[in-house]
Amino acid sequence: MVRLFGPLVGLFFAVALLWSFGNGAYNAATQPTPPSAEKLFHMHPKEVEFSFDSPFGTFDKAQLQRGFKVYQEVCSNCHSLKQVAFRDLTALGYKEAEVKAIAKNWGAKAQTFDPKTGDRGERPNLPSDHFPPVYYAGQGVPPDLSLIAKSRHGGAQYITSLLTGYVDQAGYKNEEGQELLKMFPDAKTPDGLYFNPYFANLNLAMPAPLVSDGQVTYNDGTNATVNQMAEDVSAFLTWTAEPKLDKRKQTGWPVLGFLLAATVLAYLAKRNVWADKH
Amino acid sequence: MSFPWANEYKPSHPLMQWVDDRLPLPRFVYNAVGAGYPVPRNLNYMWNFGILAGFALVLQIVTGVVLAMHYAANDKVAFDSVEHIMRDVNWGWMLRYAHANGASMFFIVVYTHIFRGFFYSSYKAPREMIWLLGVVIFLLMMATAFMGYVLPWGQMSFWGAKVITGLFSAIPLVGTPLQEWLLGGFAPDNAALNRFFSLHFLLPFVILGVIILHVWALHIPGSSNPTGVEVKQESDTVPFHPYYTAKDGFGLGIFLMLYCALVFFAPNLLGHPDNYIPANPLSTPAHIVPEWYFWPFYAILRAFTSDFMFIPAKLMGVLAMFSAILVWFFLPWLDTSPVRSGHYRPLFRKFFYLLVVDVLVLGYCGGAPAEEPYVMISQIASIYYFLHFLVILPIVSSVETPQPLPFSITEAVLGKDEHAALSPATPAVA
Repeated sequence: MVRLFGPLVGLFFAVALLWSFGNGAYNAATQPTPPSAEKLFHMHPKEVEFSFDSPFGTFDKAQLQRGFKVYQEVCSNCHSLKQVAFRDLTALGYKEAEVKAIAKNWGAKAQTFDPKTGDRGERPNLPSDHFPPVYYAGQGVPPDLSLIAKSRHGGAQYITSLLTGYVDQAGYKNEEGQELLKMFPDAKTPDGLYFNPYFANLNLAMPAPLVSDGQVTYNDGTNATVNQMAEDVSAFLTWTAEPKLDKRKQTGWPVLGFLLAATVLAYLAKRNVWADKH
Repeated sequence: MSFPWANEYKPSHPLMQWVDDRLPLPRFVYNAVGAGYPVPRNLNYMWNFGILAGFALVLQIVTGVVLAMHYAANDKVAFDSVEHIMRDVNWGWMLRYAHANGASMFFIVVYTHIFRGFFYSSYKAPREMIWLLGVVIFLLMMATAFMGYVLPWGQMSFWGAKVITGLFSAIPLVGTPLQEWLLGGFAPDNAALNRFFSLHFLLPFVILGVIILHVWALHIPGSSNPTGVEVKQESDTVPFHPYYTAKDGFGLGIFLMLYCALVFFAPNLLGHPDNYIPANPLSTPAHIVPEWYFWPFYAILRAFTSDFMFIPAKLMGVLAMFSAILVWFFLPWLDTSPVRSGHYRPLFRKFFYLLVVDVLVLGYCGGAPAEEPYVMISQIASIYYFLHFLVILPIVSSVETPQPLPFSITEAVLGKDEHAALSPATPAVA
């Protein structure tokens, strides 16, 4: 039975697939899909180096503090950071008193609700509080940034590329020298959106957030160029997405070392046991 | 059943004798994976993967049970509870990465185990039942992995659940009610998440039960081996312990090193970034893809792009995807060659390697966006997949002339076997 029906079932699927293939090939030949603007003009993230790239790499705390300052002064106007608590900032090298002060002075206050009177109110944030929600009335939905570095292909490189990638759409050419608006006149960025070839569909609701050198004044005296600020905040957002990165790698090496030693011993034991059987 | 020369369990300590008289559990273990189980002496490293799969299951159960202590299966808080595990639970990040990558390692090991079975025809008589139970385990694993991927309630979780349960809606007449019944609603929401969590916790223990049957069935004829020649005499075998416990120990070390390299240095390599975005029913991801271990089957599902006769393309895809695994159930009767091992089957061997390449191509296309040329490539690769099992294998096994087999396992290992001289001729069938 199996030998009779098996080949018939196999041929049935093969013919059905050939039919799909034939239709697809016919369509591809008669009405080829023209390449889309996204396909031709979307750019992959720039090659940017970060201190935490390699298996040995760790976060640069000074950079994380600078990045936090960029988040605080620029990004936090529109973007929340709800998975992160103020107490987590001690990992950036801040003392407990500094964290208390950061929490207390944070612009958006913690919301309170008194169940006895039904009154809603505000109080200053405590280190145990998460970063408060951010309400945004403008166009677009600014995503929460806690996990942004892990939820985008390219991570920190992507964030840096996006922040520094805003260009004038008029006359924009890709690396092959093709001009976007000549090839796709319909791809003109609509009002209220901004052109950025690092963004998946080329237009996003966020205007360039980092526009001039010195927009943020760094406490450690680093020159706050746009590139510097973009890289620093990308590093900071990698930390918010993967706060245990340093500990993970620090744990990994002894684990691998132990396993290597154990595996060598296991191999020698195996050779010993099998010595008379080969 | 075992070979007559198997070592017998002889407890020397009075306490162990006392236990053995009342509940011979140590005897059972001794006969199953101890010195009481005679195993062919010529097993290569491909025979490590059964134990490794069992180890991977235990890893998943241990990490999973601890994760379940901190996870909340409610659509309002599931995503945040996973982030709570990653940030605030002691070593929670390690547990979660160990569990997520443990699933990938489990599938790597099991796929190797299955393809070992293909090459050495481990499914042939008298081992059909082991094979059938193995396919059942694989199906249960797929269901478990799919439901586990839904639990973090990220974008891919939500849309994966929607697409996969949507497959049932392709069934004529009862499809849509069936999908709504499975989900407990019109779209994945809290009801679906909760039942997936419940089943994700249950199914691994069902898998464990079927594994016990799988190993039980294995112990009836005993392990197969790379020559495919059955065990004939005591010199063909060695006791499982210490010979294969030692060999498996080394294999386990290599497995753990690869696994830990993933967990500690590239924990998100095999995941999809979109699953770090909370589930949003109003925003469809650009490319919905399952986890990598489903890609070959996902490619077959999507290869059907045109209605065929009166059958809608979607139903064809669903039928084909399930058939792609169900066909494995019939392998013992599709491959009729009397010779087991691919080493002695020159024609079969070529098609086997073609199948390996074919499945890798299908996997690549399944992970790629549903556009040309990937769709056409996956159509060609799917055609080969079905023809391989259902047409080529039966033909090859009847037209092929196998190479001569060694007289015995001992001869294959040592180059000579004094018993061979007494035998009139080397039988073609071992």
